[in-house]
Amino acid sequence: MSTVDGANPLRDAADRRLPRIAGPSGLVIFGVTGDLSRKKLMPAVYDLANRGLLPPGFSLVGFARREWQDEDFAQEVHDAVKQHARTPFREEVWQQLIQGMRFVQGDFDSDEAFEQLKDTIQELDKAQGTGGNFAFYLSVPPKFFPLVVQQLKKHGLADQKNGSWRRAVIEKPFGHDLASAKELNEVVHEVFPPEAVFRIDHYLGKETVQNILALRFANTLFEPIWNRSYVDHVQITMAEDIGIGGRAGYYDGIGAARDVIQNHLLQLLALTAMEEPASFDADALAAEKTKVLGAVRLPKDLAKSTVRGQYAAGWQGGAKAVGYLQEEGIDPQSKTDTYAAVKLEIDNRRWAGVPFYLRTGKRLGRRVTEIAVVFQRAPHSPFDHTSTEELGRNAIVIRVQPDEGVTVRFGSKVPGTQMEIRDVSMDFAYGESFTESSPEAYERLILDVLLGDSNLFPRVEEVELSWKILDPIERYWDEHGKPAQYESGTWGPVEADEMLARDGRSWRRP
Amino acid sequence: MKTDLTDTTSSKINKALVLGRRAIGTPAVGMVLTLVIVTDEENAYDALKAANEASREHPSRTLVVIKRVSRSPRDRANTRLDAEVRLGADAGSGETVVLRLYGEVVDQAQSVVLPLLLPDAPVVVWWPVNAPTDPANDPLGALAQRRVTDTYAAEQPIEELTARADTYTPGDTDLSWTRITPWRSMLAAALDQVHCTVTSADVEGEEFNPSVELLAMWLAERLKVPVRRSRSAGPGLTSVRLETSAGPIVLDRPDGSLATLSIEGQPHRAVALKRRETSELIAEELRRLDPDDTYAAALRFGLERLDEEAATVAPAPVDPAPDVTAADAAPAESPEEPSAEPGKKAPAKKAPAKKAAAK
Repeated sequence: MSTVDGANPLRDAADRRLPRIAGPSGLVIFGVTGDLSRKKLMPAVYDLANRGLLPPGFSLVGFARREWQDEDFAQEVHDAVKQHARTPFREEVWQQLIQGMRFVQGDFDSDEAFEQLKDTIQELDKAQGTGGNFAFYLSVPPKFFPLVVQQLKKHGLADQKNGSWRRAVIEKPFGHDLASAKELNEVVHEVFPPEAVFRIDHYLGKETVQNILALRFANTLFEPIWNRSYVDHVQITMAEDIGIGGRAGYYDGIGAARDVIQNHLLQLLALTAMEEPASFDADALAAEKTKVLGAVRLPKDLAKSTVRGQYAAGWQGGAKAVGYLQEEGIDPQSKTDTYAAVKLEIDNRRWAGVPFYLRTGKRLGRRVTEIAVVFQRAPHSPFDHTSTEELGRNAIVIRVQPDEGVTVRFGSKVPGTQMEIRDVSMDFAYGESFTESSPEAYERLILDVLLGDSNLFPRVEEVELSWKILDPIERYWDEHGKPAQYESGTWGPVEADEMLARDGRSWRRP
Repeated sequence: MKTDLTDTTSSKINKALVLGRRAIGTPAVGMVLTLVIVTDEENAYDALKAANEASREHPSRTLVVIKRVSRSPRDRANTRLDAEVRLGADAGSGETVVLRLYGEVVDQAQSVVLPLLLPDAPVVVWWPVNAPTDPANDPLGALAQRRVTDTYAAEQPIEELTARADTYTPGDTDLSWTRITPWRSMLAAALDQVHCTVTSADVEGEEFNPSVELLAMWLAERLKVPVRRSRSAGPGLTSVRLETSAGPIVLDRPDGSLATLSIEGQPHRAVALKRRETSELIAEELRRLDPDDTYAAALRFGLERLDEEAATVAPAPVDPAPDVTAADAAPAESPEEPSAEPGKKAPAKKAPAKKAAAK
């Protein structure tokens, strides 16, 4: 006889075929008519259902101003899924999902709409058995965060009763400096306890980013050389080939450093540089990430170790592109950075003296995100100078996107009678060794929210530490000079190249 | 690209693979395993198609071993190996070699396959039909970490299942077991939601479907309660009913696609539970290559013991009291005991099964 006190007799750690399915729950998306929701969230929900990872009765509630009925909403989700979902469309999966789809129309300040949302949730608990467990996904501009969160509180939607849970999911930006980040955290934490707040940094949901930990800590090959004795420097790059598009209102005044370095790049830095966590659970990971972010130091001379730029008119990939200052809706005097490069140091035994160069920008050569760990040259070479002329430094490059994988660069003899050594690449590509269907970052993250698994979400401390790193740089930029101009479609301003040249190094062409 | 080799050897095939890769310009290979499919000409096409689809998830070198039937003494004396090397778009995301064996070499297939295995990568052998009685001791099976059979394709699946239990070696697995993963996952999820004590279970499905037996044995093994089986018109599994202290939990799938989950005190919910394609089953099988202990435990539970314990309760739901005795008695028995007896009968019953399946 199986007496069940929490333990499910059908679950067994050794039974690795059984996936972890989220418990009874629903997802409420605010700003459901937005781009993110249509292109990423709805398809992710469908893909999860298709992989059998959503609980029976899973419910999806859309909240937006648009005058839709439930059917219109379902149609919208249907179109979004057909267009953007990763897995093939299957009617029976759709039938399962559609039963729990609701739409609530209203403004964020409308009490009536939130009361209706409350009724909808109660109705779903009855009809779909969601058990009062709901996650609220705030896919709305940051200025609405406080309003929506307060409304949730006011209407009792954030109350966790009788063992049910309510969770809040928020997207970047988490403030625009330390002070505003703290303010935002206070607003959110006043309503939701810290463990119920999930900050989405979609980079952390990517397979390649999770693989950094596997690469470093599951192997013996890399960790022994992962320190100042062998590593010369580290370059972390996130380049986009597009401009700001229609996001002028959001982007101007924020800039590349706040938009990308503060969250994505510093998270990548933390994963690359942190010590081995005691275990792979959320607390242990957060502890190590917090430790290494706390050890990050800015160089003394910010003029020589930071560069910001703005894209100027030019040609990007065969298409004519206007400069940032000429974009519609941008103040021609704007000092907002569309390119930012900074040099950081980590003050600990492992990394003392190893610079970490972080750069990001819009309208660069191509869209790419990668982490390059560049090693020191061999201390002595038995080969004469001419034979190693073309030999660069050894490097391990983790390609985060696109074409996910890992490249190792090392020297090899060129076939022939002469001794000539040249760089070659040894390549591991995800698409080659694993599935062509790795789950999308949002799939993983939404599932983790429903499971309450916070491994892949940055915590308050990490967000605040990141702002502490970036704030002095932003302050310095505000007071000194203006962004350098770089031609669209190139790899950034010459000042950035000079910055590395001063250290006797150069940027990789990713 | 495709290369045909007639009357060839493994080393010539290896050469053709290297030349072919060079010709299409992809010398680097990221293949993660070698999949050996042992089949007859009749089933080769479908099996290869499924494997190629699965190779999108698991890039692999696929070796299809086709044993040709020799119909005359002259044919039997005439030993020959033909191969068809497929690379690039013709071979999913890996490379495929179709091997046709004639004459004496039919019994020496491992000598052809061994030189063609990828270095250092796991080997999986899959018999879509006509699996050997003892896969681990089959010359080809012995090369593999994982041996995949399919009792569903056998003429007498139930006897076949008993035979599998007798010869089980870690690394064995069966597609009938793979087929029920979504069911098992949904039942486990249902028990996650209700805190209760299961007192008995019913599994209903079409006749001659070993998945019904495997699911019943898994439930009996995990829950330690009597599990009854009943027949329906199918397709496949149609319903599972758990009697619990919190009322019945029923997962019902009449149409092979959309199921309904009913839990006492909760609304009925639709669940997508589609019967899956062979390619999806193979892809799941290749995901983990370590021994499946849960399968072993379910398989070894034994059909006789399942029947014995089911007989201890009346078909109608009963109060938990009689179950206590049944369950208490269960752990006292050695796990091998129930399967020992059918083991003796197995060879006799196996013969017609094999003959029929070979047709």
